[in-house]
Amino acid sequence: MKNRISALLLGTALTFASANLALAQDKTVKIGSLSDQSGLYSDLGGPGSTLAAQMAVEDSGLLAKGWKIDVISGDHQNKPDIGSTIARQWFDVDKVDVIVDVPNSGVALAVNNVVKEKNGVYINSGAATSDLTNAQCTPNTVHWTYDTYMLAHSTGQALVKSGGDTWFFLTADYAFGAALERDTTAVVTANGGKVLGSVKHPLNTSDFSSFLLQAQSSKAKIIGLANAGGDTTNSIKQAAEFGIVSGGQKLAALLLFLTDVKALGLDIAQGLNFTETFYWDMNDQTRAFSKRFSERSKGHAMPSMVQAGVYAGLRHYFKALEALGGNPHDGTKIVEKMKSIPTEDDLFGKGEIQPNGRAIHPAYLFEVKKPSESKGPWDFYKLVATVPADQAFTPLSESKCALLKK
Amino acid sequence: MQALYAQLLVGLINGSFYALLSLGLAVIFGMLNIINFAHGALYMMGAFCAYFLLNIAGIGYWWALIIAPIVVGIFGMILERTMLQWLSGLDHVYGLLLTFGIALIIQGVFQNYFGSSGLPYQIPDALRGGMNLGFMFLPIYRGWVVVFSLVICLATWFLIEKTQLGAYLRAATENPTLVRAFGINVPRMITLTYGLGVGLAALAGVLSAPINQVRPLMGADLIIVVFAVVVIGGMGSIMGSIITGFALGVIEGLTKYFYPEASNTVVFVLMVLVLLVKPTGLTGRAA
Amino acid sequence: MSALTDDTLPITPRAMRDEMVAFGLMAVLLAIVPLTGIYPFFVMQALCFALLACAFNLLVGYGGLLSFGHAMFLGTAGYVSAHALKVWALPPELGIIVGTAASCVLAVITGYVSIRRQGIYFSMITLALSQLLYFIYLQAPFTHGEDGIQGVPQGYLFGVFDLSKPTVLYYVVLAGFLGGFLLIYRTINSPFGEVLKSIRENEPRAISLGYKTDHYKLLAFILSGTLAGFAGSLKVFVAQNASLTDVHWSMSGEIVLMTLVGGLGTIFGPVVGAFIIIAMQQYLAGYGQWVTVIQGVIFVACVLTFRRGIIGELARLLRRSL
Repeated sequence: MKNRISALLLGTALTFASANLALAQDKTVKIGSLSDQSGLYSDLGGPGSTLAAQMAVEDSGLLAKGWKIDVISGDHQNKPDIGSTIARQWFDVDKVDVIVDVPNSGVALAVNNVVKEKNGVYINSGAATSDLTNAQCTPNTVHWTYDTYMLAHSTGQALVKSGGDTWFFLTADYAFGAALERDTTAVVTANGGKVLGSVKHPLNTSDFSSFLLQAQSSKAKIIGLANAGGDTTNSIKQAAEFGIVSGGQKLAALLLFLTDVKALGLDIAQGLNFTETFYWDMNDQTRAFSKRFSERSKGHAMPSMVQAGVYAGLRHYFKALEALGGNPHDGTKIVEKMKSIPTEDDLFGKGEIQPNGRAIHPAYLFEVKKPSESKGPWDFYKLVATVPADQAFTPLSESKCALLKK
Repeated sequence: MQALYAQLLVGLINGSFYALLSLGLAVIFGMLNIINFAHGALYMMGAFCAYFLLNIAGIGYWWALIIAPIVVGIFGMILERTMLQWLSGLDHVYGLLLTFGIALIIQGVFQNYFGSSGLPYQIPDALRGGMNLGFMFLPIYRGWVVVFSLVICLATWFLIEKTQLGAYLRAATENPTLVRAFGINVPRMITLTYGLGVGLAALAGVLSAPINQVRPLMGADLIIVVFAVVVIGGMGSIMGSIITGFALGVIEGLTKYFYPEASNTVVFVLMVLVLLVKPTGLTGRAA
Repeated sequence: MSALTDDTLPITPRAMRDEMVAFGLMAVLLAIVPLTGIYPFFVMQALCFALLACAFNLLVGYGGLLSFGHAMFLGTAGYVSAHALKVWALPPELGIIVGTAASCVLAVITGYVSIRRQGIYFSMITLALSQLLYFIYLQAPFTHGEDGIQGVPQGYLFGVFDLSKPTVLYYVVLAGFLGGFLLIYRTINSPFGEVLKSIRENEPRAISLGYKTDHYKLLAFILSGTLAGFAGSLKVFVAQNASLTDVHWSMSGEIVLMTLVGGLGTIFGPVVGAFIIIAMQQYLAGYGQWVTVIQGVIFVACVLTFRRGIIGELARLLRRSL
């Protein structure tokens, strides 16, 4: 009797062990690239992000080692409902392990909750909201590339240091714009600059002339654009019309991407200042990657920083999986591993993932070239200043992330 | 005080777009009894047309001002011939639903091919730069938009209210059967009217191309504001819609100065107030 | 001029019987969904939209008033419910009540303004009002602008039913849908509904018969808005968020489309329409903006050739009232 029980126990133990072994050696991964495939953010992320994910899979070398990795893509259409439904279905039905990209803050936060509930992995590259690693952080989320705090901080700090010490803000009148203005104001005043005033404009304004007139008469050296998307490009375009830049004032866009500069044209965008964490023409490695990327992308576009972030984030994810010896299909465990390995890749350089899920790396303040300085169809930026990784992002002491209070 | 003058002038610029668009809506409504939900999409097509003319055929702004309204106007007439005309005799609401569907199709197709971020279109060389008016720096192009749209609005008013053709049009609105008895081809007149209204929208699109990014959704939100303008003004008179358009632009401009937070809601709030006081709109006839 | 919907058959015992049979069939089919392996979240979402479309249909199909701003009720109830559940930590049943009540208040105000005009003016006014609300919600702090209210807790309904379990949630949503549906059905066949239909057919005559038509229209508007709000509150539990999408004009357009496809003024049409449109969005999601184009094509096709909608055509074919 006693023997039988111990045999039984041994048997169960063995089964458990082999189950664990099987789990550890499971080498299948499914990646879901969830993005805006046709709307406002589609040039920024969209199909290009899916391509970046595929390139990350190919470059990881895991396929040759017998791993089976699939990439699927979905279109959240900038609707939080659709985004969270797709994410839920991916986990429940399609057995997706990791969701990448997800631009649009509203959708990103909705998906954030689903990933946590399903214990998946979430490598966000496209969304701006710093809440992902702050008040709403989860043990399943890594936020790559950028966030509002970083943009405000780097742009504000670098410009004040280079002499732009008086500011006027053009702020989109909703939570996002207010956050950008607040964070930038804090850093401008901390560095000895002065904010002369600000004007709130409604979202999706087609006419900025009256706001620009107020900015112009403020005589501030820097006009900070705390808005996004069409609002930013329209205000830049109309600022050119009102002769603001030629009148000696500088425009600082707090959120602007390579694709926006492309859409504006150098004629109008010249002289504009803003921050990004990746630009294709930084060094040999970024140029090599971007060349391979553009050969396969729609319209031969260069990668945006969001797409680069998808690539780099996934490469790091694969490193963690390799270190674990297989895919445990346990999001928390994988993200923990990702945080324990320092990050290093061709595109973002050296960095780390902080305990709240924030991936940190250097940030760069760029100025858009004059048309005469540009040597090619994608030659847009010149580097003005570099902000080191540890200064660019939210200090852990200021983060309200629950993961930090242990 | 100087800033106030500047805001008034800036308000007039926006008002010219409202006026051109609500005028087109009023012209179409008067003849077809249809509220043209596709108006915003056709306005967008006008801007895209200017973009294509420049980037494919190398045809500049001035010719675009003439060609784009004609091209889009013909497109509109095809729509009227193939679809809208089948709705006569049905509830007006079907016209709204049909044109809403058409707007979705047009905007969707453009979004598929041109993304959402928009394409650049430069201000023509002759209208670049600005004048210092003392109280403000007025970009010449903005001044041109106000003057030109005012001329177009008045010309349209003259065409409809003061010419023989306009007289037929107005008569056909009141009593199509009787006008037909005079040997006038009423269906053709309806088609031409729709083309005219659509052409006005396309013209507004060309005018706005150098100011705003040329985007597939540039007309989608604008059209809702114009609807509110139309409700405020009532669609009874051509002059009424022109004046309301400009007036609301100015009011919106003033709001941007005094209380910018409310500048995109002020037109809707005004609409509610007008409805409470005079449900038929400021110039409207009783339904 | 023909009215928006041609009334099919008078309410006879036979029509009543047909409708009850169809209702029973629908209820049973929906009740066995969790057993079939169909993904329940899809059906739950569709049910919320089906109720929304039914509420909308009450106004347009029986009152002849085409609202192009019904998203405002959906969104308002969603925001208020989500806020109540998350920030005030109210239990689910109170969250639903608060959200629905908020929509009711909104319906009273917007109804009072918009029923002053008929026909297309009414449509344009409701559209403009919902756009006004959209901008207010965009700027109001409690909605968190573009981020929306996220991670709304589902909680225990009446302290007993654990709504975080998909099956439990499914039956709660189903019960809510069936309840709302029956209420609408009852309203349509009540004396109130009859007066409403007579106003739709010939308002001057209804006035001459001594009916205060504005009162009836306002009541219908309030009832429709409140029920749409109820659907919005239910949807919060399914999606666990409330966002600007639900207040945007394109949502109002989708509601119109659902009802139009299913059949304006039919009892089951909006339900069928909602399932079709939601399924289409789900399965064509990969085609991006082409979904918008397809929706536009359906709009055009429905208006030009298919004005009765699926159920309307079916009813005519079978000579039954559905």
